[in-house]
Amino acid sequence: MKKYLLLIFSVALLIITSCTENKQQPVEQNMSGNSIFNLSTVWHNQNGDSLQFKNLQGKTLVVVMIYTSCKSACPILVAKMKTIESKISRKDIEKVSLVLVSIDPETDTPEHLKEFAKTNKMEEPQWIFLSSNEEATQEFANVLSMKYKKISPIDFSHSNIITIFNPKGVMVSQEEGLEINVDNVVNTVSKTVKEFK
Amino acid sequence: MYRLLTFCLIMFFVFSCTKSAENIETNSENVHAHNTEINSFSSTDVKMVYIKGGLYKPFYGSDTILVDVKPFLIDERPVTNAEFLAFVKANPQWQRSSVKKIFVDAAYLKDWKSDTELPLNADPEAPVCFVSWFAAKAFAKSIGKRLPTLDEWEFVAMADTDTPNARNKPSYSDAILDLYLEKDRQYKKVKQSKPNYWGVYNVFDLIWEWTDDFNSALTTGDSRAGEYDDKGLFCAGGATSATDVLNYAAYMRYSMRTAIKANYTIANLGFRCAKDTLITN
Repeated sequence: MKKYLLLIFSVALLIITSCTENKQQPVEQNMSGNSIFNLSTVWHNQNGDSLQFKNLQGKTLVVVMIYTSCKSACPILVAKMKTIESKISRKDIEKVSLVLVSIDPETDTPEHLKEFAKTNKMEEPQWIFLSSNEEATQEFANVLSMKYKKISPIDFSHSNIITIFNPKGVMVSQEEGLEINVDNVVNTVSKTVKEFK
Repeated sequence: MYRLLTFCLIMFFVFSCTKSAENIETNSENVHAHNTEINSFSSTDVKMVYIKGGLYKPFYGSDTILVDVKPFLIDERPVTNAEFLAFVKANPQWQRSSVKKIFVDAAYLKDWKSDTELPLNADPEAPVCFVSWFAAKAFAKSIGKRLPTLDEWEFVAMADTDTPNARNKPSYSDAILDLYLEKDRQYKKVKQSKPNYWGVYNVFDLIWEWTDDFNSALTTGDSRAGEYDDKGLFCAGGATSATDVLNYAAYMRYSMRTAIKANYTIANLGFRCAKDTLITN
């Protein structure tokens, strides 16, 4: 009997979880053609959940593309993201997601991303790590006008860009280069949050 | 009895699931419709040419870096106006008035008379231009093809009419540069000039072409090899890291690639498709 109960329970759980995915918020009808919520690619986050960009709607997004095994520029970018996060007012932070998108989907599995989040103390709910497949990655890089190239099995060369999207998925601004002005980003974020209150 | 219970439970969940999924489908119908599904269309039968590939030296990079280009198939000519028209008729989400602005800039198909009419006096057999990388990708996908990679395209482009690699012949570069003096070449029909060694037409004479990974052409920023660093900030500085200084045409192509973005649409920028092949010899 116990066996059957367990079976029922696990089947029910399986179906409920797969159900939840379908119940994602319907996207607004009047979505801007410029919105990244138009992208139909499927991603997974550090918890292994599948999602599309439109599931991130409603929050101001600070987005950067990196790969976790990177030893040179990415750590600087990650540090910048952490500084940005710490400078956003605690009142606003609930309305912001900081999104790190992997350009190395092969290596950056959900487990890998989770591990990276833990090591770098980026475990609060505002941190979102995403990876997908080559095609989706390439498309998104092109949406950000980001250049990248795999230069060896473990290394990529890429441009360094932090992009801010409003809660409707429309690009607000981009900061490029390793000397990204953190305060500019923080100001833009707080302005955007205010605008979409 | 338990079995029955399990069954009922499953049915219940499946049913409730389907229902909610349906609701969402109707709510966000226009979002779903736009590019998850790309309809194929009866395209004209463009011949694809087999390229056996091999080691090739990219225009940029150090002398020691050779890239191994795997065998592939490539369209013998660029995609034409007529073909792109058939594509947008089958895929209204790629028509000028309904395309999502994230995928194209304001000039997308700008010379067309309407959503489904080619430009006035345009030759249906001329290469299509004013298309973005996203649009070119969608076109290729709709007929089970892809865009050629930058290395594949450049591999084909090394050929002149008689040899697979004519880079060192002065005549090769001169011929291309002479072409660049002629204006408005993009309005001409495809396949009117001689094919190259591989049987590929119009590699240089009509248009510039999108490649799948055009955005891998880096001239500034974080490159571990070091040779690209910030040279782009100086006029022609990048030429010093070119492996093939005589090949000015290739230098122009690389400059173009580093300057464009995927949503750009340009008067003389079109594309052709490629495909993987299992044949190797």
